[in-house]
Parts: sequence; C-alpha cells; structure tokens
Amino acid sequence: MRVSLAGLAARHPASRAGAAPALQPLALEIAAGEQVAVIGPSGAGKTTLLAALACALRPAAGSLALDGVDPWSLPTRALQRLRGRLFLAPQAPPLPPRQRVVTAVLAGRLPRQSLAASLRSLIHPTGVDEAADALARFDLGNKLWERVDRLSGGERQRVGLARALVSGASLWLVDEPLSSLDPSRATLAIDTLTASARERGATLVTTLHQVDVATRFPRVIGLRDGALQFDLPAAAVTAARLAELYAQHEDELTGPAPVAELPAAPATAPMYCR
Amino acid sequence: MNAPAPHLRDPAWIARVSWTLFALVLLAPALVVTEFKPWLLVEPDALKATRRFLADFFPPKVDAAFLGLVAREAWRTIAIATAGMALALLIAIPLTLASTSALSVSALPGRMGALPFALRQAVRWLLVILRSIPELVWALVFVRVVGLGPTAGVLAIALTYGGMLGKVYGEILESDEAHATNTLLRNGASRLQAFFYGLLPQSATELTSYTVYRWECAIRSSAVLGFVGAGGLGQQMDNSMKMFQGSEVATMLLTFMLLVGLADLASARLRRMLA
Repeated sequence: MRVSLAGLAARHPASRAGAAPALQPLALEIAAGEQVAVIGPSGAGKTTLLAALACALRPAAGSLALDGVDPWSLPTRALQRLRGRLFLAPQAPPLPPRQRVVTAVLAGRLPRQSLAASLRSLIHPTGVDEAADALARFDLGNKLWERVDRLSGGERQRVGLARALVSGASLWLVDEPLSSLDPSRATLAIDTLTASARERGATLVTTLHQVDVATRFPRVIGLRDGALQFDLPAAAVTAARLAELYAQHEDELTGPAPVAELPAAPATAPMYCR
Repeated sequence: MNAPAPHLRDPAWIARVSWTLFALVLLAPALVVTEFKPWLLVEPDALKATRRFLADFFPPKVDAAFLGLVAREAWRTIAIATAGMALALLIAIPLTLASTSALSVSALPGRMGALPFALRQAVRWLLVILRSIPELVWALVFVRVVGLGPTAGVLAIALTYGGMLGKVYGEILESDEAHATNTLLRNGASRLQAFFYGLLPQSATELTSYTVYRWECAIRSSAVLGFVGAGGLGQQMDNSMKMFQGSEVATMLLTFMLLVGLADLASARLRRMLA
C-alpha cells in the first residue's frame, strides 16, 4: 500500500486543547512494499505517527492518503473495510489472557472473514496450519495450543507479531516489536517481519528503540519532539546524526530498550448484588 | 505534636470530612421517614410474638408425602427461574451488544458519533424501563393476562431480569481491559467479531459469575412471585403461612437454603472451569 502524508499533524484525543500536537505537520511518501524504520527518543511521536497511519487517530491538520484515498473522507463502513487492509500491532500485545494462542493468531484474519466463518473457527479452529506456520516463523511452533496467560512477555509479543502474517493486510504498522525480546530473538523477529512483509508485498512501517536494528531497514526516519529530524537511507544514518537525534536522551541510544508498559490487569470487581 | 508544614497537609482532607458529615446529615431524615425504631424489636410483647412464630417452625415437617410435594414445587421453582433467565438472556444479550460503548467503531478515533451515541442512549433507556418495574408488578399484570401459574412468573422474571442483565453486562464489558478489543476493531474486525475474539474471552468469568448469581436471585424471586399466584415453592409457602403451618414453612425455607447453596457451588465450579 502506498502512503502519503501532506502536512499531517496529530494529537492524542485526550490532550489539552492548547497543547502542541504530539506530531507536528509532516510530509512523507512511502511507496508500496517499502520498509521503513521510525526511530527517536521517547515522546518523539513515533506511536502517534503509527496511530495516524492506522486511521486510529483523526489528523489534527493536513491529510493522509492510503493508495491515493483519504480514509477520513470515507463513510464509516468503508473506513472500517479499509482498516481491514491495515495491520496495527501495538507495543503491548493485545491478547486476552484466557484465549488460546491459536485463536489469538487467527484473530488476525477476522477482517477478511465473514462473521459466520469466524464463529465457526471458534468452535473448531479452521486454518490451524496457517497459524502454526506463522508461529513457527517466530520460533513459537510448540505454543500453538497454549493459553496466552501461560506465555512470557516476550512470547506474547511474538504472538502479537505472528498475527500480522495471517492478516492479509497490505500495510503493516508495528510499534516497538522488540521491546520485550532478548537480542537473539529480536533479530529473529525483525528478520521474520521484514521477510514476510516482502513475500506478501506489504508495506512495513516499524517504530524501534534499537538503533542498530533500525539500520537494517533500507530507510530510516528520525523523529524528535514530534518533528521530522531526518529521512535517510540506512547507510546515511551516521553516528553524528544519531547523537543529534538523541541529544539529552543518550541513555536511550546506548542503554537497553525500555520495557513495554503492559496495561495493568484490571482488578476484577467483586460481585455484589447489583 | 507540631502542625505539619502547609505543603505537607493533605489538600483533600477538608472536602473528605465535610462530604462524610453531609452524608450523615442526609441519613437522619431517612431514618425518621422509615420510622426506624430498632428498640421495638426487644420489647416484651414483640419478643413473645416472635417466639410464638418461631416455635411453630420446629420441628420442620418431613413426612414423605409433604417432602414429595416440596421436591416437585422446588423443581418447578427452578424451572421458573431457569426459563425466566433464558428469556431474560434473549432480551439482554442483543441489547447489551447494541448499547455497550466498548464495541463502538465510531469512537475509535476519539469521540463517538452523534447517531451511535443517541442509539446507545435509547437502548439504555429501554433497559431502565424494563428493570424499573419490579417483577412483582409484572407478575400481577401477567397473572391477569395468562392466568394463575408459572407462566406469569417466567414472563415477569424475563422482563425485569432482562433489563438488569443488560445494564450490568454492559458495565462489565466497559470496565474490562479494552486493549484487545480496540486493536481488533482498529484492524478492521466487525463489532461482533471483536466481541467474540476480544471482549468475550476477556470478560467471560465475570459474565458467568454474574449470570449464575442472577439465576440464584431468580430462584429467590420466583418464591416471592409465588405469593401472587405465579406458582412454585412460593405459592406453597403462601398457603402454609395462611394456614399457620410453621413446620411446613420451615421445611420450605430449608429447601431454599439448599437451592441457593447449590447455585453458589455451580457458580464456583463454572468460574474455576473458565479461569
């Protein structure tokens, strides 16, 4: 999918009216099938950029075009259909704890499934081979029938990524896919993501905290304070540029990636007479 | 003890104390209106009447013929409660799905659209209407319409409980972690797909436990409905009370305790299965 941003700015819906938008007006062209890494210190607007691309956030200014279509000009139903061609993987894996891994992965293909087919798959999973294949590529082949809450944080994150492989989407938006993975798993995960996106001809936009991993992407975008700092081929991302991008955030450049903030499990409300 | 420095003082303290006092002041007229005089309970006359009433309860009546009758009526009570709950679920589930904001597609980028909001509000009002009329009143109405017997009880429970279940299901779904469901909706899943793949597995235990609890309430409720002629154990209890047969009442009360205990057991077992 081809993505073009014309002066697109975005703010979080809950932000104060006067506050500067989390993403300053930004112009960007991403060709179909291209693979882009987005880096920058915490609070640079990386996640906001992904949310805007995923049509999860209405632009505060400017416009977004996906394959030449402005999603926000579409009626709700058509917009929802368009969202089915996008795949957004949030940083915290969005998996219900009591769900089985196979179901969690197969949930990725819901948009291209009828309601009847998806219900049938709940009774007895259909397309198990598809899920198994996706999991195997993330080195989780033995977890197919496990329950999500039996998995470690890193395993959950990879299950969330495995969903992309069955989604059939043509634009993958992946937020911090490596935040709870150890280095060797991280390499595997990123290689799997890029290779699978290439096989399927999907455009891949990934935010990353690991600068060394980001430079494996053909194109790297540096964001800082919601503004574009650079947009370069990986070879042109020099140490000097990185130092400038992460000025005052050097610990993030050298140190380990911050741990994904998993949403706290809601306290189960006690059942009184209500 | 020295007073703490101003910046160490709890700024919410005054508000907390005054709201508590305010609530207590509001309570006083309520006690007057309800003629709340607990000391009447321990006056000699009252004690004597209580003792006479309770003495009648002992021993509970246990002859075979009566136990057979109680068992039959208890079975009917369970049937009323279960059938009423089944109908209530038929009412509640679609209304919940229509009213819960956890499944709103238009709310994804921030605020819900005006039309979806109005629709959800309308469904919510329908639920309020359903549950604001006590099942006793529905039962009185249906006894006139369909005649004395369990059908009236089933319909009464269905309507009131449909309203209650719809409201609380909606609250459970909205209070649960929305991340999984929202991600599915954002990735283009339909509302019902997001419900079955995100919301339901997330809240299944709570929904089950509440449903079983409501079923238990329905068993108790059907006893009350029996007093207005809606059949079951309640109707028998009404008869026995009118005839001053304390021992029969005692047996039936014990049966109720057994039923409620069984419901509790079933709930615990179901929750363990789903946990």
